[in-house]
Amino acid sequence: MKFTLSWLKDHLETTATLAEIETRLTEMGLEVEGVVDPAARLSGFVVGHVLEADKHPDADRLRVCKVDNGSQVLQVVCGAPNARAGLKVILAQPGVVIPATGQPLKKGNVRGVESQGMMCSWRELEMGEDHDGIAELGAELAPGTKLVDILSVDPTIEVSITPNRADCLGVRGIARDLAASGLGTLKPLDVSPVNGSFKSPIGVKLEFSADNASACPMFVGRMIKGVKNGESPAWLKDRLTAIGLRPISALVDITNFVTYDLARPLHVFDAGLVKGDIRARLARAGEQLVALNGKTYALEPTMTVIADEAGPEALAGIMGGEHSGCTEATTEVFLETAYFDPIRTAATGRKLDILSDARFRFERGVDPAFLIDATEIATRLILQLCGGEASDIIVAGEAPEWQKSIVLRPARVAGLGGVDVAVAKQEAILRGLGCTVSEHAGGLLVVPPSWRGDISAEHDLVEEVIRVNGFDKLPEVPLPRPTTPKPVLTPGQRRASFVRRHLATRGMVETVTWSFLASNQAKLFGGGAAEMHLANPISADLDCMRPSLLPNLVAAAGRNADRGFKDLALFEIGPQFDGPMPGQQRAVAAGLRAGRATARHWSDKARAVDLFDAKADLLAAITAAGANPDSFQVVAEAPAWYHPGRSGTLKLGNKAVAFFGEMHPGILTQMDVKGPMVAFELFLEALPPVKARATKAKPLLKLAAFQPLERDFAFVLDAKASADSVLKAAKGADKALITDASVFDLYEGPNVGEGKKSLAVSITLQPTEKTLTDDEIEAVTKKVVDAVVKATGGTLRG
Amino acid sequence: MEDLDNILAAALASVEGAADGEALEAARVALLGKKGGISALMASLGKMDPEARKAAGAALNQVKDQVAEAIAARKAVLDSAALDQRLARERIDVTLPVRPDTQSGRVHPIAQVMDEMVAIFANMGFEVAEGPDIEDDFHNFTALNIPAEHPARQMHDTFYFGEQADGSRHLLRTHTSPVQIRTMLANQPPIRIIAPGRTYRCDSDMTHTPMFHQIEGLVIDKATHMGHLKGVLAEFVRTFFEVDEVPVRFRPSFFPFTEPSAEVDIGCSREGGELKIGNGAGWLEILGCGMVHPNVLRACNIDPDEYQGFAFGMGVERVAMLKYGIPDLRTFFESDLRWLKHYGFVPLDVPTLSGGLTR
Repeated sequence: MKFTLSWLKDHLETTATLAEIETRLTEMGLEVEGVVDPAARLSGFVVGHVLEADKHPDADRLRVCKVDNGSQVLQVVCGAPNARAGLKVILAQPGVVIPATGQPLKKGNVRGVESQGMMCSWRELEMGEDHDGIAELGAELAPGTKLVDILSVDPTIEVSITPNRADCLGVRGIARDLAASGLGTLKPLDVSPVNGSFKSPIGVKLEFSADNASACPMFVGRMIKGVKNGESPAWLKDRLTAIGLRPISALVDITNFVTYDLARPLHVFDAGLVKGDIRARLARAGEQLVALNGKTYALEPTMTVIADEAGPEALAGIMGGEHSGCTEATTEVFLETAYFDPIRTAATGRKLDILSDARFRFERGVDPAFLIDATEIATRLILQLCGGEASDIIVAGEAPEWQKSIVLRPARVAGLGGVDVAVAKQEAILRGLGCTVSEHAGGLLVVPPSWRGDISAEHDLVEEVIRVNGFDKLPEVPLPRPTTPKPVLTPGQRRASFVRRHLATRGMVETVTWSFLASNQAKLFGGGAAEMHLANPISADLDCMRPSLLPNLVAAAGRNADRGFKDLALFEIGPQFDGPMPGQQRAVAAGLRAGRATARHWSDKARAVDLFDAKADLLAAITAAGANPDSFQVVAEAPAWYHPGRSGTLKLGNKAVAFFGEMHPGILTQMDVKGPMVAFELFLEALPPVKARATKAKPLLKLAAFQPLERDFAFVLDAKASADSVLKAAKGADKALITDASVFDLYEGPNVGEGKKSLAVSITLQPTEKTLTDDEIEAVTKKVVDAVVKATGGTLRG
Repeated sequence: MEDLDNILAAALASVEGAADGEALEAARVALLGKKGGISALMASLGKMDPEARKAAGAALNQVKDQVAEAIAARKAVLDSAALDQRLARERIDVTLPVRPDTQSGRVHPIAQVMDEMVAIFANMGFEVAEGPDIEDDFHNFTALNIPAEHPARQMHDTFYFGEQADGSRHLLRTHTSPVQIRTMLANQPPIRIIAPGRTYRCDSDMTHTPMFHQIEGLVIDKATHMGHLKGVLAEFVRTFFEVDEVPVRFRPSFFPFTEPSAEVDIGCSREGGELKIGNGAGWLEILGCGMVHPNVLRACNIDPDEYQGFAFGMGVERVAMLKYGIPDLRTFFESDLRWLKHYGFVPLDVPTLSGGLTR
């Protein structure tokens, strides 16, 4: 919402400065988005007097002018066709910033002739579109006079109006708020009736069924004949231009002016083009309307139209029709001031995709008790600017019910609003806003004014009181807090936090990627179903919810490789989406490594990432989450986006808790990135819950008094036998004595034969009661061999 | 005993003359070994009479001790010289780079800032609540007092899914406020929660991304008023930005789900084109808030005549950008390794109120 300072002062008697008004507007919730004060940027321009204008020696279209700036005569080269001796012009001298270019003017040399200044057009000052030549000022002006002293410079203020404040979509509403806050007084509005001299030959009918009557409950019309629709006077054109509207003709400009002045959209029909009576009704199937914007709209039976006998002439509350619009030929008009249902207007506007000043106001709610007064004001303006003669007013229907009585308990201002405001002041504030206030048993009985449809209950009144009183007066009160602060994170949140920071300590870099991706990528990762598509994606690249975090990480690794960073370790903790219903999502920690695990170094060789890097990350994440990695089964199977021979799943019973492995080379090719890449996906909620314990005491530490000892074994196994089965068997051979088992060598080759491998295992024995005798050690090693042989069918290597 | 003096002198000379460990060992064997000269003299003592043997034995032992001492001393000298020689040979270039140890990774600024916020609000007794990203109309709009045709719905550029069998459409939550609704439906007051999470709007330009993060706050009880809201947010702002004085300004605004509603600005200066949080001429909007609208309480089966409270919602990226001087919102989601390493946080930099939120 834009307006100028002088426009505001038409409604507000105030001595406040522009800066004070700006501050107060923002304090009142009418947030100032910008102020353009032309005085500031026009301060350098002066009136110049062209003494001579001779042809440039080397250019036919240029003139070399001698211009008096009041103290000296400057030489100015000018290309404008109207540059001539005797003219009074707007002179810019070097250093002055030209508004249209934003650049300071420099002394120039135009085809060999020095130019010591510039004569400006209105367009160069951003004060008009007139481009025909330099501005011509009044001949009576003295050279050297400052431009700001002769122009009426009117600062433009733009405020952002929240959707609840329909009343402030007119300058008067803003003035009223400022007056209520004590920044001046609201001037009276002249709503005295214009006497009609004849009966309107055009009647008004409201043609609605009972259940649609709310579409247009009231319509005020009036015919004005003998008008002359010419150009508007300068004051009106200036106002409209200042707020970014294009002056069209007096009749149209008046409707725009009243829209912005009083938040009251109107429409004028060329009465000569209207057939029969005007009627407000719902559109009929198949009807069309060519609107004032030149576009043809197909109407639907939910939309309100203003029609005559021939058909729709306007979209109610949104836009007039081209057919009966006013032109310079118009001599008689029919003025429409109606009330249209906000919801229906909004729905129609949205459906037809028409944004207009009228729709903007009707859908937020115009003043339902301001139809007749507005008609009188508009009539007076038409008669003033276009002449003519007005008919009697025709009123169809009646204003929708708007009176509400609300009881305000004065203590609620402090109870809800948190600030003490004296009852007398509460009353004064509400009256200033237009409410009627009277005493009532429970407090104050308040009837809000017709233009404040947003005030509907006590809490709205509390808001108005503390708003006008000033939010700066709200005290800062500490919230009473618990004497014993308790931990506030759920176990799941705490777990995610541990996983995040632990993965980062492993050199992985956390990223955050979109929850959606391209559906063709989703399909590669088991997603992309129709139900997971967004109906209105921001782009085709982001049209589907992600079925996994990995495609985004793969793509991110690819982008980084393209920038020259091929070695990386990324992870993300976030949701993956399994279905389109609320809650069909899982919290996942996913990590990806690409390129080299270790770089080339003088002490060691480089090594490419392999699946054991991803597996190590996964096991570390599980440990950080407070679970024991050994409590899961590792199964050599994984979803299709992993390498089938180099991937695995961690399971708890039948439930997959995590996947890990090398990314499938085919998938990487389809995503146009280079491998190898290894990754893991850990489903955080699938981990067994951390056991709640009564105390935080750790189990008692029992230190063995005897040295542990190690024994090594090598088994020849079937090549497909898993290391896991060997280690589990070995560890299980004597649970009391064997504390650890690890693989320290793996051999496949001619020495063990085709289809076989040799796995070397070291076990740790920890005696707890006495040093083991040779016989006892021998017995344990035999148990280990027997267990492994039994579990795997392998043999002890001789 | 002159003989003995000569023997001692010769022995000491041979020890001193040993040029290396090997020669010294040879000298030791020649003198003190089983067949050595001094050992032979010791053996000859047996042939003497007891008186003479006592005197000669004592003298001989003295010689033997002196020789052994000399050998030990010479050995120390030779060992030290040998060590010096070895060390001289073992010199390497200490300027060579170390082994590529695992470098620390980084925590994303969004996660770090959320942790900071949790630390601050936890201290004020707020618990952390969560809700789904995919929402329905009821939780995202209707229950928040945004009916279907309300213009406020158009303030949200909502991502929708396709129509369901019943004609309804699910959507991606446009704010974290649906978590308010879920919390109030599941719990009785008093309620004091924050809810950080992903939010979505169908908007993408210099200053908007289709996905971003918000943190929601909700307090419902019988006595919390707008002064408490201002107190909580002022405390949050001053703690979060870790700047001595941050002016906080409440400005009246409108949200369908709160009444009265306010936007909160913090003081800043833009001198020399550099944005600094704190005392200054400018203001920066950082969040919206207000007293929970009675219609919202009613939608959650809470009696607005008995209970009241406040809610606020804040953009996580926005405050992260302000606090850490990150210039461009879109870069948060680009996964550019250089950006992540530069703006990310080392994992051990865990925000606490006792140690300061960030180093």
